[in-house]
Amino acid sequence: MQKYECEACGYIYDPAQGDPDSGVAPGTRWEDVPSDWLCPLCGVGKDMFRPVED
Amino acid sequence: MSGAFEAVKVSDHVYWVGAIDWALRDFHGYATSRGTTYNAYLILSDPVVLVDTVKAAFKDEMLARIASLVDPGSIRWIISNHAEMDHSSALPEVVARVRPEKVLASAQGRDALARHFHWDQPVEVVADGQELEVGGVHLRFIETPMLHWPDSMFTLLVEDGVLFSNDAFGMHLAGSARFIDQVPPELWRAEAAKYYANILMPLSPVVAKLLARAAELKLSPRVIAPDHGPIFRRHPENIVRLYAQWSRQEPQRKAVVVHGTMWQSTARMAWAIGEGLAAGGMEVCQMPLGAAHRSDVATELLEAGALIVGSPTINNQIFPTVADVLTYLKGLRPKNLLGAAFGSYGWSGQAVGLIEAQLREMKIDLAGEGLRLQYVPDDEGLSRCRALGERVAAAVVERLGGQA
Repeated sequence: MQKYECEACGYIYDPAQGDPDSGVAPGTRWEDVPSDWLCPLCGVGKDMFRPVED
Repeated sequence: MSGAFEAVKVSDHVYWVGAIDWALRDFHGYATSRGTTYNAYLILSDPVVLVDTVKAAFKDEMLARIASLVDPGSIRWIISNHAEMDHSSALPEVVARVRPEKVLASAQGRDALARHFHWDQPVEVVADGQELEVGGVHLRFIETPMLHWPDSMFTLLVEDGVLFSNDAFGMHLAGSARFIDQVPPELWRAEAAKYYANILMPLSPVVAKLLARAAELKLSPRVIAPDHGPIFRRHPENIVRLYAQWSRQEPQRKAVVVHGTMWQSTARMAWAIGEGLAAGGMEVCQMPLGAAHRSDVATELLEAGALIVGSPTINNQIFPTVADVLTYLKGLRPKNLLGAAFGSYGWSGQAVGLIEAQLREMKIDLAGEGLRLQYVPDDEGLSRCRALGERVAAAVVERLGGQA
């Protein structure tokens, strides 16, 4: 599954890991991450993320 | 060599060679009422290593402290744990003077330095967990992204057990004492809490994860050497324990009442609300803006259970000092708070609703309906204020599962 990187701080959203601390279960695709989810490192919104090459 | 400024020994290999900024009172909007220090550290290995630098204006003080030990030209490596200018703005001049063999930083640190100095200085990137040997001692690098910038990194001097923690575990406290054990405990705890509240509070989940990771990595530093304030050379676990506590942001029976006022009407409402809160068993911290600084409001909020915000309405808006604090607090993302809004008004009275909207945006649950009183509060109005305070106190006590 496609990973996404936070352009602000470099955090990588990995769908395999999800973000359980924010209620996003492992296996959640980027498209299914809630629109009000925030970067767990720096707090910016989904609009600041870009797809990354593996 | 003997000069006015000397290095201070920290451990077998490490010396403090920083600078004391006795005069600083405003650190990008954080009231530093006791000044600060910019800590740089010299590792007397062969070759010599400098960990971080200082604010550019203090470069000569740092170089003088280095010169009290060794010729600054003998520095071969410079480690930049953090690109923020209070630790890096002396770096270009120091590099020009010393001509080190290597400047080391995290990958994000290299990029951030380039975007500060627009220089052609090569920076060698160190990876998370990487260990380098220098003259018989070992340096281990631990990336700490968003503690508190993307580039932030710790360096551990393995043999001496000294953790150069950059901005983590620091405080703005100028003084002649280089070590925490020389400072009254209530003073350093208050300044460390203020630093945490104003710099690290929004990053509390990151702090909690880092502490868990540090335990896994068995870093167990014997000394924590931050880049601001005194050094923890004994019982560094004390500050680690405080960080664990603060990162949980556990609410106490404490209410912070913040208000701005034009003709003392909103102020009188604040005092009456405070009476109700206290009667309901809360510790009350009144923060009248103009007298209280936004950074002290943040500190008081660190372990509070309620935030109550008051503002008069001026030209259909929130009073500017209140808007300032709300913007600041929103960024600090305080957790586990109940809230309420209040204010006196003349004819339109929008401020209370505007504050409530901001509190909701901050995910603060409103514990009572906002209270607006026209012009000057009378006895009945002040009784309603007291009742609002009592209502918020009861809600906090209930949330904390206690008896009034």
